[in-house]
Amino acid sequence: MRTAFVQALTDLASRDRRITLITGDLGFGVLEGFGRAYPHQFFNIGVAEQNMTSVAAGMALTGRIVFTYSIGNFPTLRCLEQIRNDVCYHEADVKVVTIGGGFAYGALGMSHHATEDLAIMRALPNMVVVAPGDPLETAAAVRAVAERSGPCYLRLGRAGEHTVHGDGMRFELGRAITLRDGGDVTLISTGAMLERALRVAERLDAEGVHARVVSMHTLKPLDTDAVADAARQTGAIVTLEEHSAIGGLGSAVAEALLDGPVCPVRLRRVALPSMFAPTVGGQDYLRDALGLSESAVAEAVRSLLAARAREMSGWNGASGS
Amino acid sequence: MSAPVHAPAPGRDARALAELARTIRIRTLQMTHRAKSSHIGTCFSMADLLAVLYGRVLQVDPARPDLPGRDRFVLSKGHGCAALYAVLAERGFFPTPWLDRFYQDGSTLWGHATHHGVPGVEVSTGSLGHGLSLACGMALAAKHDGHSWRVFALLSDGECDEGSTWEGALFAPHHGLDNLVVIVDYNKIQSFGTVKQVLDLEPFADKWRAFGWAVREIDGHAIETVVEVCERLPFERGRPSCLIAHTVKGKGVSFMEGDLLWHYRAPDADELRRALQELGAAQ
Repeated sequence: MRTAFVQALTDLASRDRRITLITGDLGFGVLEGFGRAYPHQFFNIGVAEQNMTSVAAGMALTGRIVFTYSIGNFPTLRCLEQIRNDVCYHEADVKVVTIGGGFAYGALGMSHHATEDLAIMRALPNMVVVAPGDPLETAAAVRAVAERSGPCYLRLGRAGEHTVHGDGMRFELGRAITLRDGGDVTLISTGAMLERALRVAERLDAEGVHARVVSMHTLKPLDTDAVADAARQTGAIVTLEEHSAIGGLGSAVAEALLDGPVCPVRLRRVALPSMFAPTVGGQDYLRDALGLSESAVAEAVRSLLAARAREMSGWNGASGS
Repeated sequence: MSAPVHAPAPGRDARALAELARTIRIRTLQMTHRAKSSHIGTCFSMADLLAVLYGRVLQVDPARPDLPGRDRFVLSKGHGCAALYAVLAERGFFPTPWLDRFYQDGSTLWGHATHHGVPGVEVSTGSLGHGLSLACGMALAAKHDGHSWRVFALLSDGECDEGSTWEGALFAPHHGLDNLVVIVDYNKIQSFGTVKQVLDLEPFADKWRAFGWAVREIDGHAIETVVEVCERLPFERGRPSCLIAHTVKGKGVSFMEGDLLWHYRAPDADELRRALQELGAAQ
């Protein structure tokens, strides 16, 4: 995703002098080409995220479109108030980009795990929150957020995520993408869990469970129509995110369901417990250890469908007595 | 290059600037009394600085507050907004009667500097330690985009406790932002006591110098001196300018001067009367 981001931004910068990239001294080996090609559009601010964010806001208020870049929680939590006051309140054209959403920097430790960022960014007024599911979504998201004036949080994976979309992908901010249709359950995924969602759907197919897979690349504004369709048409939703169960995709979907028209639907949220990772681990290890394994997702689907089946037989029994 | 500003600040002389400062103080007194709001002391310590900036230095046009080529003024010490609103009204950015709505339900004049719905307020502040970096961003963009307008940021001494202030202080000289001017309203009193007691900033000017700024220290109430020093901006080519203005909290009203109480207290009817009397205002 990182490569897709840099390529897409480089392409934009070549055509639009307003596009500016500011890094908090991270991106070694990745951003140098951009800096050489566009020296008036690239600034390494140093290890100073508060300054980075306010500088970005100040530049944006003069007409630039500014991307701030760092990893993990550094461009978000370290400078949260600068994002809230200087970027969001001023509706400044600043796009906060993090590399390493979730456990992408797994073994580097707690400091590098971005596992509450979606909840926190989602709570900020005027903030658009985007977590693309693969490199193609990433490139499309970069173009889309650059075009849309105003604050945005772009949560990316790191490197090595596989492309899961085909050529015909249509990306629009706030419009979920259905990658696979199915009538028994909908798996709604955000960010880099998309590939895992697709694999789980394939596994369930063999069991006779046909899962729809939806990429909810934009968490805010949420595509509530896609959520409502999933509820009405499949009756069961499992959300999947590399993020705390508090305040992320699962919460957003639950809120949409409660706020929307009443429809019979069961929901399971596959997300991280609200805790710090207890042992050392790489991304895959930590995902699996903290409840995001393919088996865990598949089991969430099975238990959800079993609960629904019991419920329905209960209703049938009640109506028959 | 940006379009030249066609309506330069009126070239008021020292007497007219002193009169403007007096008006700022009078209006601020009335506003804080009516609103029962805090921060009169900090408004008074910077009143003379604001008078010089808006009466003489800043290239801004009240009729066109968004003019691309305007100088930018960032009030980083957003709690001093009553004085900013007062000077903006006096310069004609918005009607003076708006000041009566300071702090009032449904108004746009919040208790910390807010740009939404208030012509002439460049950025919203209130949390300390944001303004310098915002100003750095504007100045950096202006440099690289070839604009000649300047950026002024007015800081409190208390907010120099914030690490983010020093991130900006480190940044501006590195990027050679000689289109950036920091003015510190060094009134030596912060929220809990004197600066010396709470978190001593001295040697203050040396710190800015060590970070790479061109520094001048002046009496922030000596209007002619403030004018004179502002006419020599930038103090050095290739470096941002830092003007440390030694001021007195509550300056202009004897019973408020140097008293921490007036960081918080709003003047009651009797205090308002006495203060206006000292300022020679008709009542």
